[in-house]
Amino acid sequence: MAPCQQWLETLPSPSGVLEEIQRNGRDAIFKQEFPFKALEEWRLTDLNRLEDVLKLPIATETSNQNLLKTNKWPEKQKCGFRIVLHPNCQPYNSLDLPPGLRVLTIDEIHKNIGNTLGLLNVNNDWPIRINEAATHQLLALKVEGRNVPPIELIMPAQTGEFVPTRVIILLEEQSKLELLQIALGSGNSTHSHILEIHLAKEAELEHGLIACGNGEASCMANLAIMQKNSSHYSLTSIQEGWNFSRFEPRILQIDGHATTTLKGLQVSDHNQQVATHSLVRFSGPDGNLDQLHKAVSKDKSHSIFNGLIEVPKIAQGTNAKQLSRNLLLSKSARIDTKPQLEIVADNVQCSHGATVSQLQEEELFYLCSRGISLNQSTSLLLKGYFQEIISHLPAEANRWEILDNLLGKQG
Amino acid sequence: MTSKDANLILEISDLHASVEGQKILKGVNLKIHAGEIHAIMGRNGSGKSTLSKVIAGHPSYKVNSGSIKYLNKNLIDIEPEERARLGVFLGFQYPVEIPGVSNLEFLRVATNARRQNRGEDELDTFEFEDLVHERIKLVQMNPSFLERSVNEGFSGGEKKRNEILQMALLEPTLAILDETDSGLDIDALRVIASGVKQLAQPDTATILITHYQRLLNEITPDYVHVMSEGKILHTGRKELAIELEKSGYDWLNNSKDLMEEN
Repeated sequence: MAPCQQWLETLPSPSGVLEEIQRNGRDAIFKQEFPFKALEEWRLTDLNRLEDVLKLPIATETSNQNLLKTNKWPEKQKCGFRIVLHPNCQPYNSLDLPPGLRVLTIDEIHKNIGNTLGLLNVNNDWPIRINEAATHQLLALKVEGRNVPPIELIMPAQTGEFVPTRVIILLEEQSKLELLQIALGSGNSTHSHILEIHLAKEAELEHGLIACGNGEASCMANLAIMQKNSSHYSLTSIQEGWNFSRFEPRILQIDGHATTTLKGLQVSDHNQQVATHSLVRFSGPDGNLDQLHKAVSKDKSHSIFNGLIEVPKIAQGTNAKQLSRNLLLSKSARIDTKPQLEIVADNVQCSHGATVSQLQEEELFYLCSRGISLNQSTSLLLKGYFQEIISHLPAEANRWEILDNLLGKQG
Repeated sequence: MTSKDANLILEISDLHASVEGQKILKGVNLKIHAGEIHAIMGRNGSGKSTLSKVIAGHPSYKVNSGSIKYLNKNLIDIEPEERARLGVFLGFQYPVEIPGVSNLEFLRVATNARRQNRGEDELDTFEFEDLVHERIKLVQMNPSFLERSVNEGFSGGEKKRNEILQMALLEPTLAILDETDSGLDIDALRVIASGVKQLAQPDTATILITHYQRLLNEITPDYVHVMSEGKILHTGRKELAIELEKSGYDWLNNSKDLMEEN
């Protein structure tokens, strides 16, 4: 029996607010072939690791209780609001939310969920369908006004389990939010996550995503962002420490006239495989994009970046730049990077590029010539390299000591 | 002037070195005692900068034969960071820009590495800030440059001031300043020269690599050496530099050529 069919048999019966979506997801997975190398989007993926994620049991309520005792997190910011994502155990409508935040009604959920995935033509993608098949509960929030406290959304580490989570956030016109997501992994475990965000006209979202794995942990995270005109979306993402990680941020500027900033950093070590597949589609004129993706690949690890920007004829006046910068720190490490621009419109300013290099010998010598050891010089240079991305994270991200974590693991 | 009994700080004997397989240094001999200031002049490509990088231990440069003794230690087998901790300082001709690395933090880490070698306590952030704000006056550098990334967006002059600030913090025994005067206006040159003079002590030695007499008007060298084709061909006093400025390098090499040119 194929791995997906076997996995489907282990799932509990569909239930909850996502019952219909679960049924559809399971039907789709049942009919779909498991990803294979001939598909461009899976060409570089280690499919054995992908198959391994389906061997894990779905997270249960009992294990959720255990995780809260075992995870050590920094205290939450006084003015902020922390939400811990509990997979499949407890409805989120009992949350005591601060002013400016409320839970979506059932009608609002049914009206909005999956829309952006559909518009981006990714609703039948394998990672999306796997999440839909397994997720029972949904965190669904509406942001109203500009004085909403920063939200911290934590996806805890749950050793030995497959942890499906799904979130939808609607930002009303002219609203503003700072969102910091923390995904933690340890042991042999997998996060499967979908986050949909709709930014209405003139809404602003500063979004940080820190995904720190450990051991054999895997993470498959999908973002689907829809921006109305004059909205601003800024995403700063960090991925490190995952045995297998696939991060797929997708942004749709549905009317154009919006601004998107994407800053990404991924660090791979040992024999890890870490990937980012990003898509930005301009479906209207005068949109802006500034994308910088950085990767560091060490030891025998493999780092993948596929960045697609679509500028159809309607997207005249688009101004988009994308740069992929990569550091290869070992002869056995591998980096695959593919910045990609598909432009049909004729009046646009678009640029893209990629560099792969090692640490600069002249920079290392300069630091060493001041008495700084080679190890410390390497750390300083990496810190500088990371800092260009980390400095864009929301302020409260500092409490998670991400830089120390990155440098500690880099040694 | 120096005493004949002053300690020998640097002794280079028949030094041959190459980079990327190309022989650059072809038998350099040089002795420098404590309290001395030496100037090294020469055409582009004569081997001046290579000599400075070989002394500092740049990994791209290979020593083929000969020796470099610093305070009676063989430098060739010592890593560049250890040479720096022992008191060897190279002021770069083209200081590199290092984005994302705070200048202040870089200076503090470097200063503490040197202090540790001398058996002194490391300075914490506050103690170091006091020290750096005192030393920065020596080069009249705007303290806002401490907050930036190392040399990033600095003008040529600010980069050179930053080099001398590092020298002031590290207090080297042997300072090699590779064309520190290039790209400086006359006011900046005076500031930097004044800083270097103040840092030169009876127990330290300084090598100035330069193309121009104007730096030597500000800092009087004890000896002037002229390099050509990877060797020191001539050694003289300050007057040699004045004559070179007036007559050019051909004056030294080939009187026949000189006559033809005239």
